[in-house]
Amino acid sequence: MNPEFSRNHFELLGLPVAFAIDPAALDDAYRELQGRVHPDRFAAAGEAERRVAMQWATRANEAYRTLRNPVDRARYLLGLRGFDTGEESNTAMPPDFLMQQMEWRESVEEARSSRDPAALEALRREIDASRAEMHARLARALGGERNYDAGCSLVRKLRFLDKIEAEIDEVLETMAGSAG
Amino acid sequence: MSLMQISEPGETPEPHQRRLAVGIDLGTTHSLVATVRSGSAECLPDAAGRVLLPSVVRYGPSGVLSVGHEAHAAVADDPANTIASVKRFMGRGVADVAKYGALPYHFVDAPGMVGIETAAGVRSPVQVSAEILRTLRARAEESLGGELFGAVVTVPAYFDDSQRQATKDAARIAGLNVLRLLNEPTAAAIAYGLDNASEGTFAIFDLGGGTFDLSILKLTRGVFEVLSTSGDSALGGDDFDQAVARHWRKAHGLADASGRDTRRLLAAAREVKERLTSAESADALVTLTWGQQLHLRLSRREFEEITAPLVQKTLGPTRKALRDAGLAAAQVDGVVLVGGATRMPHLQRAVEAFFKREPLVNLDPEQVVALGAAIQANALAGNRAAGDDWLLLDVTPLSLGLETMGGLVEKVIPRNSTIPVARAQEFTTFRDGQAAMAVHVVQGERELVSDCRSLARFELRGIPPMVAGAARIVVTFQVDADGLLSVSAREKTTGVSASVAVKPSYGLSDDEVAAMLREGFDHAQADRDARALAEQRVEAEGLTAALRAALAQDGDLLTPAERASLEAGLASLDVARQGTDHRALKAAVEALNRASEPFAARRMDRSVSRALAGKRLDQVSTK
Repeated sequence: MNPEFSRNHFELLGLPVAFAIDPAALDDAYRELQGRVHPDRFAAAGEAERRVAMQWATRANEAYRTLRNPVDRARYLLGLRGFDTGEESNTAMPPDFLMQQMEWRESVEEARSSRDPAALEALRREIDASRAEMHARLARALGGERNYDAGCSLVRKLRFLDKIEAEIDEVLETMAGSAG
Repeated sequence: MSLMQISEPGETPEPHQRRLAVGIDLGTTHSLVATVRSGSAECLPDAAGRVLLPSVVRYGPSGVLSVGHEAHAAVADDPANTIASVKRFMGRGVADVAKYGALPYHFVDAPGMVGIETAAGVRSPVQVSAEILRTLRARAEESLGGELFGAVVTVPAYFDDSQRQATKDAARIAGLNVLRLLNEPTAAAIAYGLDNASEGTFAIFDLGGGTFDLSILKLTRGVFEVLSTSGDSALGGDDFDQAVARHWRKAHGLADASGRDTRRLLAAAREVKERLTSAESADALVTLTWGQQLHLRLSRREFEEITAPLVQKTLGPTRKALRDAGLAAAQVDGVVLVGGATRMPHLQRAVEAFFKREPLVNLDPEQVVALGAAIQANALAGNRAAGDDWLLLDVTPLSLGLETMGGLVEKVIPRNSTIPVARAQEFTTFRDGQAAMAVHVVQGERELVSDCRSLARFELRGIPPMVAGAARIVVTFQVDADGLLSVSAREKTTGVSASVAVKPSYGLSDDEVAAMLREGFDHAQADRDARALAEQRVEAEGLTAALRAALAQDGDLLTPAERASLEAGLASLDVARQGTDHRALKAAVEALNRASEPFAARRMDRSVSRALAGKRLDQVSTK
């Protein structure tokens, strides 16, 4: 009935359905869409219009948020291709990745007890490098290779990376806080 | 009252249709009202030419109410009935206000929000704030020569849901049509950004009388995008006065000074603080209630030492906002200082040292929020000039979540999500045959429910008997463009549902707001009915005109049956409009609004479709 509203995130923003994305085109398309549907454009309109505007702006924010973040975008694209990344159910990881995980976790704990923000920043750079490398692999798997199983596995790994990074941020925040 | 927008977004209605709209900065110590006149925003002064209205309300003897300067003059003599800095109590409970230290009020414990015992009886902070808003509304209507179409009211960006809801209720009680609740630093960014045609990343450092906000915004080609916001809704210029008063109490052995004496010391502290902005030292003479005279003296150096911890306290949220935006301090292109408290030299130095750049102060830090709100109000009322199509994208300051097993919080909407935003989370039952599920909505960043603010509790009942883990309960959070949350829950396999506008926890039900609204008008029942009827008639006329125009323009989107049903709705609205029953008329307006929603949705879809088609054509033609 409302064909535009039910389009997928890529189509809604006029972008090709693909992992590789032009960030500037995404930003422009999002701003243009919000400029048209945002509740601020309908603040003086009737109740029905205001409600519809809120639903549309919510939809536009969801599409933008999902496509802007590479992991979210990959998960969403895999979903469109009929693949479930299984992040809650499938926690099996290759042993080398698990080893790496444990090392990182130990480093966070060490830095926490020795109150060493520099070590945490260094660790974050290491994780960022690892993430960049996985993003490149993800782009290949979801692009030319069409290896969606590998894509799912990379999304699961990247989610672990995000969790560790969130832990690092939390430790840094407590350190900054207690230092005054 | 509200007309459906028939023109394209961004177009200005005919000059005679120009609607009167204002921006209101409801501050802790001062409040202001501003409007856009002949293309530029200006603050509206009172009859004596003053734009700042002290945010003080006095419930005087024999029922005399005073607001502003007159009330402020009575602060030291009648402290218990003269309510200052009421913003600090909005949406707060007894335990919260206890943290503010010694205050001369008699607080009454009420569910969710405190009440204040006054000569006029117990008053809610919402009612006290409404008096301030009513005064500003009267000032604006007198100055602009007509009834206001609507207002944008600002709130600290770091205000939680209870504080926002309380502010919106206060505005409603003051008889204002709230076009939007706008975050204070964002309002400042609008005034500043449009004034300077700025592009880039800006930090807005807003230290007001009672609240501190730090927002990071990106300004690109007319889009104001808030990247992150942080702050402390209980830190402001007032705390600097308190620190000085505390210092004097200790130095002069006045540990148990009375309410009046505390107020006198605070007033002296504020005066000295303000003078120390330019002077190296300042003194004050205070006469205590028992006649003793105190000669108080403070050097700028002492003042800076006493209040250094407060200045430091602003840097934590500043770091957090930068981290959330994924930026280093050096990547910020400009720092804007907002709020009277940012006049303090040691604070300016601290901000400059942190960002390694001189802060911008070219707009009056006390007026800039009201000016930005006025610009936004003007746009929301539909008075935009052609080409004036800037857009504002704001965020929710605090994470929203649900209580799960063991008193833990499951986050549903993370902080700094662009609003409006909706998220759903699925839960299941943990006992065989479980028929109900309690939903507890909380706001905050901590992992334990007990460390977060409780916003609402409700129960989803009537879940049909199933084995544990079989039910699929979807809880949906929706935050609207005002930053206000509503929550609904639904059992997927059966469709049993429950929903709540997040409100009950803070204490005022819709009926209570309506009662306060009635109290505010000293009209007889007949007058009130006449006023309500007149309002509903305007509403009905607007709806009729807009819907007829929409039918003429996009009627092809409807089946003949759908069209007939809307025509029938219009006809019954017309009948109700001839009558004198305002409740029946209101019901007819609401029914037609509901019935026309699918039509509105299809029209919006068509508008987006045309924009996308135009864009696709552009892309083809440029290739």
